[in-house]
Amino acid sequence: MMAGGGVRFLVLILTVAICGAASVFQPISDAHRSAALDVFVPVDGSYKSLEEAYEALKTLEILGIEKKSDLSSATCENVVKVLGSSSSTLKDAFYALNVNGILKCKIGEAGPKDIVSQLQAGVKDAKLLLDFYYSVRGLVLVKEQFPGTDISLGDAEAIFRSIKALSQSDGRWRYSSNNPESSTFAAGLAYETLAGVISLAPSELDPSLIQTLKKGIVKLFDSIQKFDDGTFYFDEKSVDASQGPISTTASVIRGLTSFAASESTGLNLPGDKIVGLAKFFLGVGIPGDAKDFFNQIDALACLEDNKFSVPLILSLPSTVISLTKKEPLKVKVSTVLGSKAPTLSVKLTQALSSKSVDSSVINNQELKFDADSATYFLDSFPKNFDVGKYTFVFEILLDDSAHEKVYITEAQTKVPIAATGVISIENAEIAVLDSDIGSVESQKKLDLTKDGAVSLSANHLQKLRLSFQLTTPIGNAFKPHQAFFKLKHESQVEHIYLVKTSGKKAELVLDFLGLVEKLYYLSGKYEIQLTIGDASMENSLLSNIGHIELDLPERPEKAPRPPLQSTEPYSRYGPKAEISHIFRIPEKLPAKQLSLVFLGVIVLPFIGFLIGLTRLGVNIKSFPSSTGSAISALLFHGGIGAVLLLYVLFWLKLDLFTTLKALSLLGVFLLFVGHRTLSQLAAASNKLKSA
Amino acid sequence: MARSSTSKDAQDLFHSLRSAYLSTPTNLKIIDLYVCFAVFTALIQVAYMALVGSFPFNSFLSGVLSCIGTAVLAVCLRIQVNKENKEFKDLAPERAFADFVLCNLVLHLVIINFLG
Repeated sequence: MMAGGGVRFLVLILTVAICGAASVFQPISDAHRSAALDVFVPVDGSYKSLEEAYEALKTLEILGIEKKSDLSSATCENVVKVLGSSSSTLKDAFYALNVNGILKCKIGEAGPKDIVSQLQAGVKDAKLLLDFYYSVRGLVLVKEQFPGTDISLGDAEAIFRSIKALSQSDGRWRYSSNNPESSTFAAGLAYETLAGVISLAPSELDPSLIQTLKKGIVKLFDSIQKFDDGTFYFDEKSVDASQGPISTTASVIRGLTSFAASESTGLNLPGDKIVGLAKFFLGVGIPGDAKDFFNQIDALACLEDNKFSVPLILSLPSTVISLTKKEPLKVKVSTVLGSKAPTLSVKLTQALSSKSVDSSVINNQELKFDADSATYFLDSFPKNFDVGKYTFVFEILLDDSAHEKVYITEAQTKVPIAATGVISIENAEIAVLDSDIGSVESQKKLDLTKDGAVSLSANHLQKLRLSFQLTTPIGNAFKPHQAFFKLKHESQVEHIYLVKTSGKKAELVLDFLGLVEKLYYLSGKYEIQLTIGDASMENSLLSNIGHIELDLPERPEKAPRPPLQSTEPYSRYGPKAEISHIFRIPEKLPAKQLSLVFLGVIVLPFIGFLIGLTRLGVNIKSFPSSTGSAISALLFHGGIGAVLLLYVLFWLKLDLFTTLKALSLLGVFLLFVGHRTLSQLAAASNKLKSA
Repeated sequence: MARSSTSKDAQDLFHSLRSAYLSTPTNLKIIDLYVCFAVFTALIQVAYMALVGSFPFNSFLSGVLSCIGTAVLAVCLRIQVNKENKEFKDLAPERAFADFVLCNLVLHLVIINFLG
């Protein structure tokens, strides 16, 4: 089996443009490492199962975090126990070997041989995919950890074929031959297992088998799904599958990586999809679930170092360019786990402004490389680079020189960039105009950077005009996102108006004649406040211009009153009034003593009945004496008593249906017994009559 | 004189009824006593309701109808068991008693369900 050695010369410029929304993906960083310590180190000092231990230790190993020694020793004890016992399941042995590979526990001399024989028996008897997986991968792990142990797989081709028999035409795999449900997750497991079989086989397998597998991989990639931002992932077909997209995609990547590693003729996978898979995992962020975290990091580790193509990620530490600070725009290119990328060059092909989407401000600018911080930067922007929102399109060009691995990047990475700067505000003035003539009564110039003490006065026949000019650093017109003019009365009633921009000029004209009703006919002193703000504006402002004395006519009777303003501005967020619920008035019940008295009185007729019975001379002389009849008679009376007791229970707690069920049983019993008793009684009385 | 004669007649009537009643068989007397007991219980319940109001009306109805129902069934039993009654000559008294028990059990099931 030849490893894919040798030097590959590859320059990858993909001409296929990936249409997608612009977004930034960051490689794995220290935030992940600190989160991993929270997620994976158990509180009570030991892992619940070997599977959990393996996932935690593998993740910590990939992220480069040191293991705790007491945790390692406790886990090692468990590993030694499992590998030493002959009754461990294949799954436990598999995970124990995995953990051993990371922790390198001391297994006794006889350990490997027992395990090997157990796993070999497992391979021979395996019928389910999972059994094949655990036993074959277990043997691969034994071969790696205990070199020199004799592992023979027997008939490798037969094993290969029996695993292959579980595959389906759409690229998915079944878990067993009985169950027709197929799963993409199982396909990943199958490829790992088959890779293990190929690597353990004593001689080369039939190349046609491997060819069919490659066709299966192509079919599997047909079922890949994507999101709008260019990420690709695998998911299960059925809605109630036990594996979600993260674990399914991770399983497939693991399978393909091990298959490509074991296989000599090379595996060609579509590059854009590999980058898309990398972006999918990076887009997950920091998962809170241990299994998702492990799957994310394990899949990224497989993508970092594999035989088909290693994706490179372009990321930006900051996506804001400040035109005043004149700092360069920094770009980083690294592998998914944050390791260094090979020598390459980054070019900014286009900078598309949100205002004019077709023409680009910057064209084909190559970024300079700073070796100390391993970043690419762009420090000079053209003269016509204005404030606003842009979409920067980057392209990566890999160097011609030799690489051991095949690197792949996105064709074009689109990044949203915001350029900010200082907007100059000029010619700000506020004036009171006479409405019909339009002549200016009083006009004041404003300096919006300071709080002014402008004092104006107007009556309802006049207009108020505010105007100013906004220009960007290079002299273009600027339309701010927010331009609010607020008038606040002494009684805290506020009115807000929008200042409209046209070209460079922004103007607001308030005609008090039309606004009298809206102002609730409130005359008096109004404070004036102006707010101008925008994301691209570094000097957004809120300025108290001054105040204006308004003289408005008297309020007519039908005019609406101003809403009540609370003194505390945040009181609307405080607790609301207590709601008093009106409940149904409970019925008047009689006094308890009265009810108890009547309970006593009710019993009186019953006592009277019993007394009357004794006075009549009631006896039970005709109770049958012979045992058979006596028993039936007793059962009869007992049955009636049981039914009455059932009724009491029904009243106290049972429901109708249980009662009816019990009653039907008791009733049938009572019927038989009663019939017997009464017929015996009738026979006895007939005998007496005839005698 | 007329008044004393009417009162004497009433007394005579009462005495004759009493003596006639004393000759009825014991089992019929037991049934009569049972009927009186049931009716008295119903009357006490009605008096209680008149006093405190009919709030759980279903419970009141259930109690009163239980008493009245069992009284009615006892009267039916008396009719069927009475040897002087020619209509039910062929019916065995045990059969009548079995009917009485069965009907009472069904009545009380319904009553307990309605009691709430």
